[in-house]
Amino acid sequence: MTTLPQSTEKKLGLVIDLDTCVGCHACVVSCKEWNTSNYGAPLSDIDAYGAEPHGTFLNRVHSFEAQPESGCSQTVHFPKSCLHCEDAPCVTVCPTGASYKREEDGIVLVNEDDCMGCGLCAWACPYGARELDEIFGVMKKCTLCVDRIYNENIPEEDRIPSCVRTCPSNARHFGDLSNPESNVSKLVAARGGMDLMPELGTKPVNKYLPPRLKDQPSDAALEPQHNDAKGLFAWLDKALENI
Amino acid sequence: MHPAPSVIAFTTLSGLGFGLLAFLGIGLPPVTGWVAFVFFFLGYALAVGGLLASVAHLANPKNAIKAFSQWRSSWLSREGIVAVFALLVMTVFAIALIFFGVRLRLVGLIGALLCLGTVFTTSMIYTQLKTVPRWNMWTTPPVFILHALGGGALLAGQPRLAAVLLASLGALMVWAWIVGDEKGRAGSTMETATGLGHIGKVRLLEPPHSGENYLLKEMAYQVGRKHAFKLRLIAFGLGIVLPVLLMLLLPVTHTTALVAILAHLVGIFAGRWLFFAEAEHVQALYYGR
Ligand code: SF4
Ligand code: SF4
Repeated sequence: MTTLPQSTEKKLGLVIDLDTCVGCHACVVSCKEWNTSNYGAPLSDIDAYGAEPHGTFLNRVHSFEAQPESGCSQTVHFPKSCLHCEDAPCVTVCPTGASYKREEDGIVLVNEDDCMGCGLCAWACPYGARELDEIFGVMKKCTLCVDRIYNENIPEEDRIPSCVRTCPSNARHFGDLSNPESNVSKLVAARGGMDLMPELGTKPVNKYLPPRLKDQPSDAALEPQHNDAKGLFAWLDKALENI
Repeated sequence: MHPAPSVIAFTTLSGLGFGLLAFLGIGLPPVTGWVAFVFFFLGYALAVGGLLASVAHLANPKNAIKAFSQWRSSWLSREGIVAVFALLVMTVFAIALIFFGVRLRLVGLIGALLCLGTVFTTSMIYTQLKTVPRWNMWTTPPVFILHALGGGALLAGQPRLAAVLLASLGALMVWAWIVGDEKGRAGSTMETATGLGHIGKVRLLEPPHSGENYLLKEMAYQVGRKHAFKLRLIAFGLGIVLPVLLMLLLPVTHTTALVAILAHLVGIFAGRWLFFAEAEHVQALYYGR
């Protein structure tokens, strides 16, 4: 059913720390590896070794540069995947009932057995978080590794999304954002976690922690330190100027 | 947005077809027998042909039948259902008219309303998308409906009515272009998309991948924008001005009608192509486009 649940018992999601992400794309690779061999159809690659390789990914890392009025610009690596929105427009537009939001944990999924590949849900998503697979003709998106987080056949430390497990700089965190005591909620509170494109009213569950502002070098630090050289240096200075 | 030929063909042809069927439903022109058969055949060919073209747009058409299930929330689902009802009701009306010479007025009226309902539900598929501000405007449904009615009136041989409807369509189209240009991405920027506006102006340093992908092909189409003005002239000149002048100034013969209809078709194809090509999706902001 593509109507949204009134509320969900949990709000499982990710918190992504834009301050510590180094843009290594490890999460992209681990996501592709896990999800091409598990939930639903594989994530196809086309012309993988040719001149124009392209394919389906559920998580991609952009890199942006923010330029303040004065001073140095700041580079920000920016991983982006489905934000499991509370008010998910991708779900309500779906004509077949393939797209749905789970009442128990708020995860937004596509039931590929019902999807007809119309692509309307990808049009409805503001974040570019859904990709229609070119070979299998069904809509692919982040599942929050629903096949890991409840999976009792894998070691407990692995029961988190693959991207979170992999991130070498600890920039990705997973938990229940409806519980104010959870690790992720505390991070959001402490660091001013934010929504992407809040003006579109999608109420994303995933939050982004803004990068800490860089220090501004003081002007004093840039002043020449030795104008009044003495002794050997004074002689050298003079000698060099006369050459 | 990517102007897929199948979707352009679908929205324009089926719009014309449902427009013509709506006029036939209210007895314009008051045809019976074989003449009626020809008119209905044309209406059905356009409407059903358009619907089939839209199925060609699906990546997994074997599940298309499931699209009738989610009418509670989905405009696309509602469109499918209303279209089927419209075609069924009009079939009853057409059979009675063609083979028995009976005009079931109420059935025709209901059929006509369902035909317009189909066009309305089609338009709502686009109108509902906040992610494409140029579509997310009150003008989109009336533009679609006037397209269907104006073109339908041309096909139904109603010159005065066609002129009035097309002139209103032209005015509304121009208005939608102007407002759409001003609206841009309706306040969404690279700064709101990334949440980095508090630091300063944001630009893309490195895209996440070197090649193309589904998102770029589908939602960051840029070719159309540079020819926008010329295409608007074509859409307005051929789609509106020429047919209106022909219908008002010349005696209506088969030749003038045919020229008017062909010009209108070329014009609305250009206009509908632009409707997609010009429409900017907010997700392209993540690619700096
Ligand atoms: S991020 Fe996009 S795909 Fe994910 S729930 Fe939100 S609207 Fe849907
Ligand atoms: S592509 Fe599939 S999941 Fe998306 S709206 Fe169409 S049928 Fe639903």
